Amino acid sequence: MQVKHNAQNRENFVHQITTKPELLSLIGLILMCVAMTFISSHFLTLSNLTNVARQISINAIIASGMTMVILTGGIDLSVGAIVCISGTLSAGAMIYGIPVSLSIGIGLAVGMVAGIINGVFISYAKMPAFIVTLAMMEIPRGSALLYTGGYPLGGLPKEFAIIGRGSVLGIQTPILIMFAVYAVTYIVLNHLPVGRYIYAIGGNEEATRLSGIRVKKYKLFVYIFSGITSAISGIVLCSRLMSGQPNSGSGFELDAIAAVILGGTSISGGKGHIWGTLIGAMILGVLNNGLNLLGVSPYAQKVLKGMIILFAVYISATRQNSKLE
Amino acid sequence: MSDHCLLELNNISKSFSGVKVLDDVNLKIKRGKVLALVGENGAGKSTLMKILVGVYTPDKDSGEMKFEGEDVNHSSLRQTQDLGISIIYQEFSLVPYLKVYENIFLGRELRTRAGLLDKTTMRRKSAALLSRLGMSISPDEKIYNLSIAEQQFVEIAKAVSLKVKVLILDEPTAPLTPKEVENLFKLIRELKAHNVGMVFISHHLEEIFQIADEVLILRDGCSVGYKDIAETNIRELIHLMVGRNVDQEFPKNDNPIDYSGVPLLSVHKLKRDAGCPEVAFDLYKGEILGIAGLVGAGRSELVKALIGADSCEVKELELNGVRVSIGDPASALESGIGLLPEDRKTQGLIVDFSIESNIVINSLRTSLNKAKTLDRNNMSERSRKQIKDIRIKTNSERTIVKKLSGGNQQKVVIGKWLSTQCKILIFDEPTRGIDVGAKAEIYNLMRYLTNRGIGIIMISSELPEIVGISDRVLVMRKNNIVAELAGEKINPDIIMEYATGVNDINGEDNASKA
Repeated sequence: MQVKHNAQNRENFVHQITTKPELLSLIGLILMCVAMTFISSHFLTLSNLTNVARQISINAIIASGMTMVILTGGIDLSVGAIVCISGTLSAGAMIYGIPVSLSIGIGLAVGMVAGIINGVFISYAKMPAFIVTLAMMEIPRGSALLYTGGYPLGGLPKEFAIIGRGSVLGIQTPILIMFAVYAVTYIVLNHLPVGRYIYAIGGNEEATRLSGIRVKKYKLFVYIFSGITSAISGIVLCSRLMSGQPNSGSGFELDAIAAVILGGTSISGGKGHIWGTLIGAMILGVLNNGLNLLGVSPYAQKVLKGMIILFAVYISATRQNSKLE
Repeated sequence: MSDHCLLELNNISKSFSGVKVLDDVNLKIKRGKVLALVGENGAGKSTLMKILVGVYTPDKDSGEMKFEGEDVNHSSLRQTQDLGISIIYQEFSLVPYLKVYENIFLGRELRTRAGLLDKTTMRRKSAALLSRLGMSISPDEKIYNLSIAEQQFVEIAKAVSLKVKVLILDEPTAPLTPKEVENLFKLIRELKAHNVGMVFISHHLEEIFQIADEVLILRDGCSVGYKDIAETNIRELIHLMVGRNVDQEFPKNDNPIDYSGVPLLSVHKLKRDAGCPEVAFDLYKGEILGIAGLVGAGRSELVKALIGADSCEVKELELNGVRVSIGDPASALESGIGLLPEDRKTQGLIVDFSIESNIVINSLRTSLNKAKTLDRNNMSERSRKQIKDIRIKTNSERTIVKKLSGGNQQKVVIGKWLSTQCKILIFDEPTRGIDVGAKAEIYNLMRYLTNRGIGIIMISSELPEIVGISDRVLVMRKNNIVAELAGEKINPDIIMEYATGVNDINGEDNASKA
């Protein structure tokens, strides 16, 4: 009896893991944290942990929009470039004398426009997301370089600093913004019809279309959403640096995709969870922090990060294969 | 006699998960002869062909296959190619961006002593081969520049260059113009003279009498006739193909349909593209309108254009007498028209999702609470109601659709559309891949729907189904509606005559009447 019960429990556990890959990611994160606590006495201190949280916020915010895109079976390579253009244009507007709040609005609008361009080409002109967003890696960044002449835009108004450096009720603003973005994404994905459509498109686009759902409209939506989250991230980063950097955000798309994948979302779409992405971003953050505390060189860090991503994708691929059998 | 025989199948059977799709079939392919293979859609022709080329292996306890008198148990495609058995499929396996000679020698390129490609020799040999077969195609032409007929010829040339002994032609004439068919027949006669044995599959029965020496008729996986072509005629073939006792029970329609009122749906004009004829038809409340026709007659394409899933050049529709325009499946849904597609797994369902997710996906608006967010309880409740109403066999609405049987999967698709309050449902091949018991349930379900006032359009390739359940039948051939049948006229032989175009001459009259 006992044996059978155990077996059943084990089966249930395995089942939970195969259907909820974000649990596997959570276990990985916890293991990493436990290991770090033993290796470095510095790790489990409040100041270090808030430091990690703040560091991951930039990537995590982008990754929330990326999750939506990947859930539909798409990809958005232009997020880093959007981070850059929205940051520099907001900074430019502030330097021009436009009020801070309005300048932030301009930055967000720029992200939205970039998302619209992506979405229109992908869903209405039926071009591959990979190619469209690859092209859109260049256009915004090039525009930012043209606009700034290649120099950072400094001398931003002091009150702008609250977004990247300030805190509200004792919690640092980037962390608050991150949680707000995740709350919104969670509601959209899990409690609104749009969310169901996003999963359905990734699950089977043709069946979804034939069911009478306006697939094009929702695909456009996810790229706009991704454009806006990238812009939010760009403004947070700009405020953190207190300058509009035309070179900021390069390589951010890879970190965002890594967070989504490490969080257990299927790269082919249809499966995944927004909290998984947050965990994925945390794994990357803790890894970064831990290796820094250990004094590992940034070059070796890159090698390790790549290996972990490869391992995570391998696990998810084998899991998918075993499920097919 | 036996030295004439290239390939011999004796008492071959094949089952898929317990269902027999081929039962005790015999055939002989003889040197320099053409064996025609005919049968309805689903009679087992393609299964038989796949056994010949080694894609499928016959059941273990069934009979034997002999090639040139010797037992063969070929299980791989490679082996059949080595034996000299080739098949020309309807979709060609040529690489469009390569040249003709590169395709002919694909995978077995000739090399010079230095190990480089010997293009000169390959070109010369290809040219010699093409001219020997009487083809005026340049070996340097790129495949995508060739017409369909020329591509087919290149495929055949490729097979010949592989020293083919048995050539299987699967519906080779379907995409060809009459002139091209003539050329193909010339080539077939040429191959006959070269002692190649051939199997010729065609839905166009009149062609069989022009080119074949023998004919094998399949019905429901059984061989129902093996005749010398000189000793039979088209009507006998049709009768053998369809003539069966209808053992399936079909639910009767108890509610008389009111044909005098305004139709539920009027398709005044529908023309898919410039090459298609314009068609028109009506659908009445509570009616099952069957659409019969051979594969490729344009039935699925017609309904997809109707609901706006595919583009359409001209489309004028009326719903209950009111003009509507339907640009995409979403506007079809808003107008109350739903399509249950032919291929459940790739078009009808999201197989990795739960039953619930599939059922509620296009009726989520009815599951919103006051805050305009999704009411989970309502979603589960609605899907449980469908599961109970249409008897989907499962213990939970959270079961992944992939794990259900074909019949239950189809019911999930039906459940999805029932949740939408659609008034018109289009079933494309509703019982394909479904076992007999579940078929009956689907038929009963369809009647239950029409009794509730829903109008159904049903596309089916299974004649008994069309005959058994339709109130009216449209027959399609070459993208056109060639007949509208009702009452006594709904009969397998008549449908098949229109579908194959045997009586094309008086068929024109009937079409204009319809």
